[in-house]
Amino acid sequence: MTTMNWIDAAAREDVPQDDVLGLAVAGRDIALYGVEGEVYATDNVCTHGQARLCDGFLEGHEIECPLHQGRFDVRSGQPTCAPATEAIRSYPVKVEGGRVWLALD
Amino acid sequence: MDAERPGVAAAARAAATIVIVGAGQAGGWAAQTLRQQGFAGRLVLIGDERHPPHERPPLSKSVLAGKATPQSTWLQKSDAFEALALDWRPDTRVTRIDRAARRLELADGQALAYDKLILCTGGRARSLAVPGADLPGVHTLRTIDDALALAPLLQPGKSVVVVGGGWIGLEVAATARQQGADVVVVEAQRRLCERTVPSGISEHLLALHRRHGTRVLLGAGVAGFAATDDGRSAVTLTDGSVLACDAIVVGVGLVANDELARDAGLACDGGVIVDARCRTSDPDILAAGDVAVTDNPWAGRRLRLESWQNAQDQGIAAARSALGLDVDYRPLPWFWSDQYGMNLQIYGIPTPALRVVLRGVAGSDSFLLFYLDGEVVKAAIGPNAARDLRFARRLIEQRKPVDAGQLADIGIPMSRL
Repeated sequence: MTTMNWIDAAAREDVPQDDVLGLAVAGRDIALYGVEGEVYATDNVCTHGQARLCDGFLEGHEIECPLHQGRFDVRSGQPTCAPATEAIRSYPVKVEGGRVWLALD
Repeated sequence: MDAERPGVAAAARAAATIVIVGAGQAGGWAAQTLRQQGFAGRLVLIGDERHPPHERPPLSKSVLAGKATPQSTWLQKSDAFEALALDWRPDTRVTRIDRAARRLELADGQALAYDKLILCTGGRARSLAVPGADLPGVHTLRTIDDALALAPLLQPGKSVVVVGGGWIGLEVAATARQQGADVVVVEAQRRLCERTVPSGISEHLLALHRRHGTRVLLGAGVAGFAATDDGRSAVTLTDGSVLACDAIVVGVGLVANDELARDAGLACDGGVIVDARCRTSDPDILAAGDVAVTDNPWAGRRLRLESWQNAQDQGIAAARSALGLDVDYRPLPWFWSDQYGMNLQIYGIPTPALRVVLRGVAGSDSFLLFYLDGEVVKAAIGPNAARDLRFARRLIEQRKPVDAGQLADIGIPMSRL
């Protein structure tokens, strides 16, 4: 069993409801999503066109890339709509003490 | 599987052959979709270029600037392409469709039987009917090889004349300037992109290009091209003036490659006519992408959509339709262009009959124009406003009445409308 290395990423209240926030966490470009009271985290750069997903359009659990409208499920990172075919990396999230913590490794 | 999908046609049988003619974006997505949907039969992909299926938008930008490789535009990475298990025929031309025998004839004399045929033959750059149009110094930009041929000429000390102030012309002009070349754009109409955008956007584009040091000549006709004794080129305008340059790029539109279809007696009208299931007038032949002409409910007329979006989505739709799956392809037209770091997007078809509502400051870096029929948004266009335009798309698709005053108020987020 490995121990999660949790990194403090943001205040819980800074994660917008039904929207996406882009930020740097430990030198990585990360997108945080607020959906139905939960927080999800993925890499922020689309696997298709190098655009930042935080400039995209969140609908339910799907983030749509602003450049070509490829879509990913923010819970798993899996592509759900063309032209996206390659998953984005998603990260474990926990909310504790009013903070959002990510396990990046 | 067939029990779950009663509509799956005979073409889905493992013994069937589906042939896709055209290996651009539409053809590439059609091939990938057929396999994703479980088609296990023989799948032939025929391209008249030597390159596997690829996206064209970078060809006028990063590939033309030498900042991206042709390989970076490929739709599938090599291993993913291999995994599609295609009978892949690059550099191959089809000369005839024998509909009665359901067979293609190839330029090398071979014949190829099909159960379903998907035409994704795209288009080719229109040439100008003037003297000298076929001289070696006269370029067009449509293919990877076109971009590779033009790229070395775009550099400081070189000069380029771009004939045509439409999308391709302006994107090539922007890339050429960014590479340090001197650029003149010659446009026959009184404004840029006259066929596709309202005058306010034409003015915005004109200001953008002039600000970057490009000479833009409007209402200027070309009389002819010539090669000069010093190895350079010359463009003679109809007013008699002459522009000397190192390269000429003609960007005056696209001609649909519908000759195969026309010769086979399929219904055509400036392209191959298809229905919302991508079927031509022959139910075993489908068409998708730049070559296809479809009734578009958002435009209220039949049209050919020359866009990245349509190439992808209609390619997918045609593949599904060939397998007998449910398809109802009536896309809201979506188009974008990137020039000098400016991203311009258009949803719907802006037409002069509609009422225009401005959000933001016209001529600034980012603003939006909405086109309303009564209180319903029919189209939207704007530079550097991708996120707001995405909400505008939702308004258009939902046909939801909106208050024009709220649309114009930048204090009200688009997400609230």
